This record gives sequence, structure tokens and C-alpha cells, in this order.
Amino acid sequence: MAHSARRDSPELPDLSLLKRLARDQLIYLLEQLPGKKDLFIESDLMSPLDRIANVSTLKQHEVDKLYKVEHKPIVSISDQICFLIRPRIQTVKWICDVVNADKAAGKFRRYKIIFTPQKFYVCEAVLEEQGVFGDVTIDEWAFYLLPLDEDIISLELPEFFRDNFLAGDQRWVRTAASALHLLHSLFGPFSKVYGIGRCSKMTYESWREQVEQGEQKARHAEIGNVFLIDRDVDFITPLCSQVVYEGLVDDIFRIKCGCVEFGPEVTSSDKSLKVMLNSQDKVFNEIRNEHFSNVFGFLSQKARNLQTAYDKRRGMDIQQMKTFVSEELKGLKQEHRLLSLHISASESIMKKKTKQDFQELLKTEHCLLEGFEIRECISFIEEHINRQVSMIESLRLLCLLSVTENGLLPKDFKSLKAQYLQSYGADHLLTFSNLRQLGLLVEQQPGETLTVMESKVGKLVNDRTAGKLTDAFSSLAKKSHFRALSRKLNLVPKSDEEYDLRVPRDMAYIFSGAYVPLSCKIIEQVLERDGWTGLEEVTRLINGHEFAVTGADPKSKSDAQRIILVMFLGGCTFSEVSALRFLGKEKGYKFIVVTTAITNSSRLLEALLDNNV
Amino acid sequence: MMKSKADEEDYWNSSKYNAFTFDDADDELSALKETKKAVNSIGPLLAEDDEEDWERVSWSGEPVGSISWSVKEMAASNQRADKEPAFPKISTETPSLSKSQSGISLSSLFKGKPKGGNLQTFNDVLGDSSLRLYTPELRKPKSEYKDLVSDWSAEETVQRLQQGKGVTLEKFRSLQDKLLLLDLAVAAHDGNAITAVLIYLKRTLCKEVLFRELESRQTALRHFIHYLTESREQRLLLELLRALGRTEEAALLQYKDYKNIADENKRRDFLKSCLSLQFGGEDGNHVQDHYTLLERQIIIEAADRKAEREGKQEVFQKFPRKASILNMPLITTLYYCCFYHYNEPEGTFSSPLNVRQTFKISEKQYFTTALAARAKLKNWADVDAMFNSRNWLGFSKKKSPLSFQRVVDILQKNSAPTRVLQEYVGLVSDAELRIGLAQKHKCHDIVINTYRDMKDRQQLAEYRKKVERGSAEERKIDELLSNQQIRWKN
Repeated sequence: MAHSARRDSPELPDLSLLKRLARDQLIYLLEQLPGKKDLFIESDLMSPLDRIANVSTLKQHEVDKLYKVEHKPIVSISDQICFLIRPRIQTVKWICDVVNADKAAGKFRRYKIIFTPQKFYVCEAVLEEQGVFGDVTIDEWAFYLLPLDEDIISLELPEFFRDNFLAGDQRWVRTAASALHLLHSLFGPFSKVYGIGRCSKMTYESWREQVEQGEQKARHAEIGNVFLIDRDVDFITPLCSQVVYEGLVDDIFRIKCGCVEFGPEVTSSDKSLKVMLNSQDKVFNEIRNEHFSNVFGFLSQKARNLQTAYDKRRGMDIQQMKTFVSEELKGLKQEHRLLSLHISASESIMKKKTKQDFQELLKTEHCLLEGFEIRECISFIEEHINRQVSMIESLRLLCLLSVTENGLLPKDFKSLKAQYLQSYGADHLLTFSNLRQLGLLVEQQPGETLTVMESKVGKLVNDRTAGKLTDAFSSLAKKSHFRALSRKLNLVPKSDEEYDLRVPRDMAYIFSGAYVPLSCKIIEQVLERDGWTGLEEVTRLINGHEFAVTGADPKSKSDAQRIILVMFLGGCTFSEVSALRFLGKEKGYKFIVVTTAITNSSRLLEALLDNNV
Repeated sequence: MMKSKADEEDYWNSSKYNAFTFDDADDELSALKETKKAVNSIGPLLAEDDEEDWERVSWSGEPVGSISWSVKEMAASNQRADKEPAFPKISTETPSLSKSQSGISLSSLFKGKPKGGNLQTFNDVLGDSSLRLYTPELRKPKSEYKDLVSDWSAEETVQRLQQGKGVTLEKFRSLQDKLLLLDLAVAAHDGNAITAVLIYLKRTLCKEVLFRELESRQTALRHFIHYLTESREQRLLLELLRALGRTEEAALLQYKDYKNIADENKRRDFLKSCLSLQFGGEDGNHVQDHYTLLERQIIIEAADRKAEREGKQEVFQKFPRKASILNMPLITTLYYCCFYHYNEPEGTFSSPLNVRQTFKISEKQYFTTALAARAKLKNWADVDAMFNSRNWLGFSKKKSPLSFQRVVDILQKNSAPTRVLQEYVGLVSDAELRIGLAQKHKCHDIVINTYRDMKDRQQLAEYRKKVERGSAEERKIDELLSNQQIRWKN
């Protein structure tokens, strides 16, 4: 990477501590149920658990057999059963069924439920209702934070997003605050906390209370500043197609808990391969933040270097060869393997993206972000729907249209919704209802955001059926918050300037130079100004709840002050992580991203479909 | 400001975005292929033990010994026992693999370098595996807390709820006390505590009073609605929504229940019963359409299943139905009708025209779907007929509600032969776009003619290199290039 990175970036604290802490706690809890026992694990806890412990760890603590929670009768014959679950009503109900079935069969066992990261009162209420309270012991495993990499920590709580922002249930607020509290006691004390969003504010409050109740030992801070941000402050960024390598891999192959499964099309064999993607993978580490167009060049350069390194062995004598084999060969082989893997992955990405007319899709996205040729974007989306191309993709474009334009014209909304339901099924009525509730896909309310004159023009235009005239006027009639924010913060660079993606000049490079992610721009601005002063208009447009508070007095201008913990409540994308890494390099910061879960457009929208509950 | 069309094209051709185009992927892809070949050809030294290393060293991501792996193993062995469908057994080459246990997982990934100062001591504490410092509560399971003291104040009670400690709520008996408790929980921003209080309120207050009080407490109300949703107390939830006058939500909630009805006739009847609900906006019409569609699908399905069984209609023999049409979206149904019932008179339920009429499908949508269906059948005559229109002089002219670029795309995705594609590529009005498509689909004549019309000698000469040597195309280019009559622009 060839940008003018500052050399004095501070060292990151060692996050692997969190893993050891979680593992030791789990072991402690398992020991609370002495003797042989079978362990039932909730399916979405398996990958996180795999990152901190393995089977032999569990076996050492007398776990006999492992099962996945499947909500059906169990086959275990052990007389002690331990359930490791998320605090969910349906899972607890299933456990009650298990216990009651045993009772009916006259079978006696000991049961233990370990809720992670915490228990909820509703779960206990279910146990009580079902008459098994007292028959089971309950514990909490405070496994809040899973480090996915040197600078990414995940709470692995994808449901945070839907529960908090759609249902308005604040059950995870305290969880987020406790996670922050843990980081504070391990790597704090923090000197400054900035934040924006309703949930951020509540999390801050809840955290502060916990700090007050606990005692903080005086120690040397390793993390100086914290930034809390709600996902609903910026829905635009996660709705955009990702084009930075790591984000692209996530969009296409879905990275789960820092691990990706490459199918046969990548491995060019009949089995698929699970691969850890993190900074330990030297090849990946160099391309993860690069715009996809640079990746090929990098990989071929790397291949040439590798060839040279291998070629060295020509003309070696036996002794030299021996040294070569023992010292270098293994590293080379490893690199060779990584290289062919990422080349194959890139190839597969290329093929997939070419097939789905990615170029046209990107063009539409960029037009929406810039706010021109909206009429053409709408007909592109319409055709997309008409052809029944990917249901999620169509929804993504509709939402992007709505959030950039501050809602759809009633006529467009009606027609696009009808066509969407025709193409993908009437049950998406529920999806639309959810999206409206969240403000992701709404009808423009005439008069609400428009001036009188503008709404008059808008009305005049609405009555016309001819599309062409509408096009000329509609940009006038729609003054959305995004447009205003975009102007205010300069989110969309002027399109007539050249943008060299090899030498990025700002965070816009993560979207091909077309858009600076709003979330990261806000963070940049606040850090630069050391607060919200001068950003009043921006916070008003975002609908506020911003804050900046000073806590412990920073003893000195230590490195810790340049280490910034950014906590995304409701999820963040790999593109945003890349953007922050870039910002860090430019300004001499190091960012540690804490997120409730890694998200992307598909996950965000899938959480809002109504096929569960 | 609006930008002109030309501006826009410039925009996309400007170097700014050109750095990355998936459309001209061919060159990049072939470069990548080269690289790949190169990488693969490197180093015969490693040929021998490569394969095993994949599994053994750091890679498989799910090393033997990982928890996911082990659970799958367990499921597989259970499957043998009770024959219930479980995960597929993953292939395991166990013997040579046992070494890999610690290969990938855990701390080896993030080697902890203890740093100076306090952290060091912290590590030492951890090393002693005494976690008690951080989790003092863990020593006794929470369930064993006995609340002997029941005189906690409302504030203390909420605080204990927040900390997950045992509480007794029974002493809060007056409405005032109950509401105080609720408001305190809301003020603490703790959803867990809010729901806990709500569960108590639900048990000890009659619906009317509870609903009334919740109406002015939006945060608590949302928690209550979520709680009822999660614990599947549909009836109470409907009552609540109706009491609050949120009839549209109530209607959707009731409608949603159709998903739990598997039998198609019962489902249809249920949908019919939903028609009287008070939906918001256009939703009532959408539900009506849903009902009408299912009703029609049931009729079509019965008729077609019979026809298929009797084997009298050729199309069902040649293209057996892959799945039933029941519960498919409208457009899928239309596609199905265009596929199996294209030429039926408009009066039948399965006639595409009738479907179009009933559901007010737009011309463009209808065209798109019919085109895809007829192309799938490789019925090029039908495809051709779709574009024909005659003007007042009786000349036929190809017209399409869809851009010809899109038409080509649809045809190509249904593997239309070049001969067919060529015709429609030629109808793309924008010259640049036409050339691009023609090159992509190897319609040489169109490329050549377009360059000729553009008088672009250089491009034509360039293109000569791409056609087969000694082919008719090459001869045609040569003729053009030596034609003195053309005034080339370059």
C-alpha cells in the first residue's frame, strides 16, 4: 500500500486476553457441575465457542458428548446435562419440554443452563411457568466479546439490530454497556467518550452506572478514547455494494466469525475449504483493505516474487539446499498456498460479478448517491424486479433509493411495491411493513420536508404521467436529509475529478471514489474537532442524541490517546473497518472496532424479512 | 443539477471509474488466469505432500478437535442410531490428522505478548486460573438466591433486576407502585428489567387498565408488544393492537397466520376470511390478489397434474414440471402459464392473457416474462412474433417495450443461438452499446457494419485481428478497407 502513512501509529493492546478470560470463565462454570455431562450448544454459539476453546478443553472438564440444540427430543443418556444457550424464549421452552419429558418418563438427571452473555428475566419466567424452575440450575457466562482480529471485536449478537431498532426492545443495551465496561476495566480508564444515536446514549448511561457501582483500579490506560455510534445513524453505507476485497468476500461468500468457507468453485476440488481470514494470513492482510481493482496486480506481483524465491534453489549445493528446505521452504509453501487460494477466490468473484451485471448495478448505486438520473435508476430497479433477479438485491436498491431520496414519490412507491409483491410473493407485505417502521423504505409525505413552493411543483409534477418531465423537476421537489448531509460533509466527491484507486486520497476509495461512508466521516470530523462543535447542522439532520464527555484525566499525551475504540451498535461492515484503518493511517490513530455483529446489506435486510418469529 | 446524457456517458467512461470494470472483465480475468497458471506451475518440490498439508497445517478452519466438527460427528453417529435426519457426515481422514489439534484455533492466532506494567500482573492472575476477582458472583448459582428480605424499595428492586439478582415484586400492589416500578425500569434503559416488570403487571392488572397505562408509555408498550410476539401470545396481542386503534398492524398480524396453514384449500379459505380486515393503504388489494392467485393456482394445478398424468399434452412430456405452482409468486405463475399455456384462448384460467388482465400486470412486465418463457422453450417463432407491429403503410417493424439491450440479455441467458441474437443486437440504437454487445456475442457482421457506418478505419483494422483467419468476415473487412469510396474519418 503506497500511501503516505504516518509511521508513528501506536501499538494495539493485546485483545487475546479477552479470549483467555472467556475460556477460563467457561471452564469455571463447567466445573460447577462436577462429573461427566453432555453439553448442548445453541447452533449460533458454536463458531464463537470454536474460536476460544476446542473439544479437548471441554473433554478435560468432563464434557462427554456434544450436541447442537435442535428443538426436538434429545437422545442423550447422560445423567447430567448442560445447556449452553442464548437467552431466548423458544430455546428455554424447548429445555422445559426436555425436562418435563424426563419427569414423565421417571428419568432423573441434573440440568444446568448456562446463558450467554447473560440471562433474561423472561427466560426464568418461562422456567417458572413450565414448572421446572428449581429443577435446573442457572448460570451466566459473561462471554461478551470475541476478538475476530487484532483490531476487530464482535459481540456476535446479530439479533441486536432487529431487537433494538425494529422492535424497540432495549434488552441488549445493558449487554453492550457491560461489554464496554469489561473493556474499560481491562484497557481503560477511558478519557473521552463520544457518541451519536439513541442507543449509544443509553449504552453510555448504563455503562457509566456500572462504572460508578464498581471500583476502578488506577492503571495505565491502553485505550484512550471511545466512540459509540448507532447503526441507524447511517443506513446508506451498509446498503452499498462492497468493493474492497474483504467486504467483497463477505458479500459473496459470507465470512462467519472470521472464517470463510470457499466452495468447490474456488478450491477446484470436490470439497470446500474453511479458511480463517485475519492478519495472520500474510497475503490476505495485504489485500483485505484494497479496492478490488488493485488486487490482481498485487497478486501477480506476489506470484513473481514467489517464483524468484523458489528459483534461488537452482545451483545450490547440498548444504545450502538443506538450509533452504529447513528454513525457507515451509514459509514459501504456505505463501504459495495462500496465494493460489486468493487468486482462485478473486477469479470466482470476477465470474460471479460479471454474470450479474455488477457494473450496471454499481452505476445505479453511484447515481443514487449522487442524486442524478433518478428516473433511470427507478426503471433499472423496476426491470430488476420484473426479471425476478435476487429478491434481496431488489430490496436493497429500493431501500437505497428511499434513503437517498428521503422517501419515494407516492406514485413510484405504489407501483414498485405492487411489482415487488408480484415478483417475489405477497407475503412481503410484512417485509414492507417492517421496512417502513424502520424508515428504510417509505413513501414521501407531501409537505413534510418540502417548502410550500417545492411541494406545489412536486404536486404539479406528480399529476403528470409522462416520466420525462418528472425527471426534470423531481430533483427540485426532493430535498432529503441525505442530500443535505452529503453536501454538508462532502460525502460525494465531484465526479469530474480523477480518482486513482491505487493511491487513495480519502475514505471514498472503499466505494470506488464515489462516496465517503457517512458513519466514518462523522467519526473523522468529531475526532478532528474533539467534539461536536461546528457540526450542529449535521446532528440536527441525523436527529441528534450526540454527546461528548470527558472522564479520567489523561495523565500525559500518551499513545493511548491515539487508540480509539469505535463501537457500532447494530453492526458494521468490513468496508467501514477498512475505511477506519485508512483514516487511522492518515491521522496516526489506531482504531479498534467493536461491533454487535459484522453486517452487510444482505444480513441487514434478511433480519427484516418476516419469516422467523 | 441534472446532467445531460452525454455527460453521463463521459462520466462512466472517464478514467475515474474505469479503473474497475467488471464488464471488461475478460482481460483482467485472463491476466489472472495467467498468474494462476504461473503460481500453479511453481515449485515441483512441493508436489508430493501438498494435499495433506492443506488439512494438517493451519488451514481447514475446522480442524479435527474443533467443536463444530465434534458436534457434527456426534450428529452423524446419532443418525446411525435413530435415523433422524441430521447433518451430513463430513469426510474425515482421521489417522494422519491427530497432530493438528492445536493447528489453527485459539491463542496461536493472536499470540499474546504480555506487556509491561499492570497487564503483566493481570496475566499472572489469570494464569492462576483464579477468575474470582472478576466474577465473584459465579461461586453460587444465581438460582440459589433466596430472597429473605422483601423490603427493597422500588429503586433497589429495579437495580437488582438490572443485575440479574432475585426480586419479589408482590409487594408492589397499588397501581401507583406498579407504574413507578415500570417508569424506573424504563428510566434505567434496561429492556430486561422493563419486560420483567411488564410480566408482573400483566399478571396482576386487568387488560383494560394495563392497555390504558401502556398507551402513554411508548417504550414500555414496544417492549410489551415484542414480549407478546416472542412468547406467541397472538390473541392478547391482537386485543392490545385493537384497543390502541392500531387496526392496520392487527390486520397484518392476522394475515400473517396464513403461513401456518399448510393445506392449500384451508389456506385459500383463510385468506378469503382476511379480506374483511382493515388493511392500510393498498394492502387490502394486495391481499385480495393473494387470495385470487391462490384460488387460481389450485385450479391450474389440479388440471395440469391431470394432464401430465394422462400424457396427452406434448409439452408436459417434453418439459416435465419441476414443482407444483401452488404458492408461487404471481410472476412465476405468469411465467408458468406462458410456458405451458401460451396459446390458450383468453377465457381460460391458465391463459397468460387472462392472468395479465386479472392482475393488471404492466405491459413491460408481461413482455419480459413471456419473452423469457418462450426463449426458454427455444420457440424463436413466438419470440419473433412478440416484436412485430405494422405501421399504417403495412411495413412490419420490430418494437419492444423493453430496451433491445435487455432483450438480448434475456435471450442470451436462455442460450439463444447467435443467429437469433444477431437480429436483436442489430436493433440496439446506441452505436457504442451495439458494438459492445455484438463483440460480446460474436456477431461479427454487426460490428463490421457499425464501424463501416462510423467510418472508423482504425477500429475496423483492429477488429480484423480478432476474426478467424481466412473467414468470410476477414474477407469482408478486407474489401471494406480497400474500398476507395468510403471516406474514413481516420
